[in-house]
Amino acid sequence: MSEFASDSLLVLLEVSPGGELSASAGELLSGAAAVGTPVGLIVAAPGDGSGLAERAAQLGAARTVVVESDRVASELVAPVVDALVAAAELVDPDAVLAAHSVDGRDIAARFAVRARRAVAVDAVSLSRDDMGVVAHHSVYGGAFTSASSSTFAAPVITVRQGAIDVTAAPQPVVVDRLDLAPSELRGATIVDVHQVETTSERPDLRGAKVVVSGGRGLGSAEQFALVEQLADRLGAAVGASRAAVDAGYVPHAHQVGQTGVQVSPDLYIALGISGAIQHRAGMQTAGTIVAINKDGEAPIFDIADYGVVGDVFRVVPQLLEALGERR
Amino acid sequence: MRIIVLVKEVPDTYGARTLNLETGLAERGASEPVLDEIGERSVELALTLAAEVDDAEVAVMSMSPESAVTRIRKSLAMGADRAVHIADEGLRGADLTLTAEVLAAAIRREAFDLVVAGDQSTDGVGGVIPAMLAEHLGAPHLTSLDEVALTADEVSGTRTTDGGSLALSAPLPAVISITEALPDARFPNVKGIMAAKKKPFDTWTLADLDIAADDLSAPRSIMTAVAERPPRVAGVKIVDDGDGGTKLAEYLTSNKLVRGAGR
Ligand SMILES: Cc1cc2nc3c(=O)[nH]c(=O)nc-3n(C[C@H](O)[C@H](O)[C@H](O)COP(=O)(O)OP(=O)(O)OC[C@H]3O[C@@H](n4cnc5c(N)ncnc54)[C@H](O)[C@@H]3O)c2cc1C
Ligand SMILES: Nc1ncnc2c1ncn2[C@@H]1O[C@H](COP(=O)(O)O)[C@@H](O)[C@H]1O
Repeated sequence: MSEFASDSLLVLLEVSPGGELSASAGELLSGAAAVGTPVGLIVAAPGDGSGLAERAAQLGAARTVVVESDRVASELVAPVVDALVAAAELVDPDAVLAAHSVDGRDIAARFAVRARRAVAVDAVSLSRDDMGVVAHHSVYGGAFTSASSSTFAAPVITVRQGAIDVTAAPQPVVVDRLDLAPSELRGATIVDVHQVETTSERPDLRGAKVVVSGGRGLGSAEQFALVEQLADRLGAAVGASRAAVDAGYVPHAHQVGQTGVQVSPDLYIALGISGAIQHRAGMQTAGTIVAINKDGEAPIFDIADYGVVGDVFRVVPQLLEALGERR
Repeated sequence: MRIIVLVKEVPDTYGARTLNLETGLAERGASEPVLDEIGERSVELALTLAAEVDDAEVAVMSMSPESAVTRIRKSLAMGADRAVHIADEGLRGADLTLTAEVLAAAIRREAFDLVVAGDQSTDGVGGVIPAMLAEHLGAPHLTSLDEVALTADEVSGTRTTDGGSLALSAPLPAVISITEALPDARFPNVKGIMAAKKKPFDTWTLADLDIAADDLSAPRSIMTAVAERPPRVAGVKIVDDGDGGTKLAEYLTSNKLVRGAGR
């Protein structure tokens, strides 16, 4: 194996239970490409590595370390952590990047402890200075921004999904294969996998340019369809308040806010959402905020660029009619 | 069976939360400190699980400033059996590495079968402490669980990720973290509040755990810049007089926020 570039960043590319690269892969590689040479790491079931490495190169990986192990299907993240430790020794990167996803966080966490590295979480962008790779964060729902670095040694950084645009140019495919050493530390057993079907044509909430969200004001799961109708007209992702999620109108994955997804779209439309501080924490960095609420005193109007005091069941149908069919 | 629940004191999300622009640390006193909601849910779950196995003891543990005693006592009032509070001036501004090291040392000192944590705290939104602890403790982790079941020697549950949902299990001892899909916390009743006053409450310092907070041989994450974003201001607000939808459509199209009909 030839030497790795001295400005390498090791990028953990998550593989879904269905054997595909996660949507975060392109974002992470683009983020890495802006501050150094992105080296991908793929840990996959036997036989899946080559195809995934090609995909990684298309998304901007200058090289990809591939580890194949049948442990990935039966053990929660443990084989990936083992592979990351080995890959980091091989590449000696300036930073290790993972998505701030459920799996990415766990892998980054265990790796950081085992390899004795500092961790920076939920970065929204990356830069480089004389201390090395710097992580930039959006704190308290975007009310503050901060930057962090490691006192020494390469940091482990988790990157918010959807925060970085996919811009990296495709690279030629260069693969480095690595064998996984047996590990004493077993992960939790994966007893069963239930794959969610991605039949929806709608964009992912994370990283969407337009988001239409509905709250308790929609009144029922059936009536929540109005939110989906407007979203589809605008090519938008569907979001929701926690109250709408708690009431069962939509699954938790759609929740925007403090304990849901934090979005930063060009346009955010809030329908029947009061604008509680925890909801605002997930959307107040949007470019333009539009709100429709029948209560003129609702706090959402304090941050809305354009507010309509009115009933969503009257205003939205009229809006849809005025916008007409999308051509 | 010993269950340790990790609860964190955080600034109330309902209040104005601010960072000190000099130190980058949370401004204590700017907003009321509370027990993180996910921590209360974790206590709730631990109490429910404890009722399903023999001889279970629930201990709550928190690394937080001295002033957090009242908040921790609330978990005792809910029904936890004892509390361990790690408080030390040297922990002000602790990064994730130090936090995990300290909590792991305290858990090891207590001995445990199950550690229950929240998936993410509302101030740090780190979501990495539970897996960091599991690594320190050499235990498996089952994080972001929406459902949990416990037997005398095994913990199991389901976890939802972007790719789907997984059914997981692990032998004890293990570390789990939970999501807000699990039930809300019970309210402490008067009997619970009275009983809480008599329950064991240990306070430990870094010296008790043999940890030097200023050990510079391990890399630490440091904040190098902090800035406040200018707050958003309210824009135009119209009252729907029967043409609200039409006016909104005009606003969106004239500002090129959407593509209009036929264009
Ligand atoms: C720790 C913690 C974390 C939290 N995390 C989140 C989070 O991540 N995301 C989140 O959203 N919340 C979160 N919350 C909850 C938050 O405090 C609010 O309870 C929630 O956002 C309220 O949702 P809502 O606006 O849909 O409901 P409500 O506050 O009930 O508001 C409904 C609104 O709909 C309007 N309305 C009703 N009917 C109509 C109609 N026909 N037309 C127009 N308007 C109508 C009403 O005027 C009202 O303003 C959190 C709370 C805590 C304590
Ligand atoms: N200082 C602390 N004291 C006790 N538990 C903590 C502390 N920090 C984090 N935790 C636990 O780890 C979970 C996730 O926190 P975090 O990684 O900060 O998002 C929390 O919900 C707590 O259960």
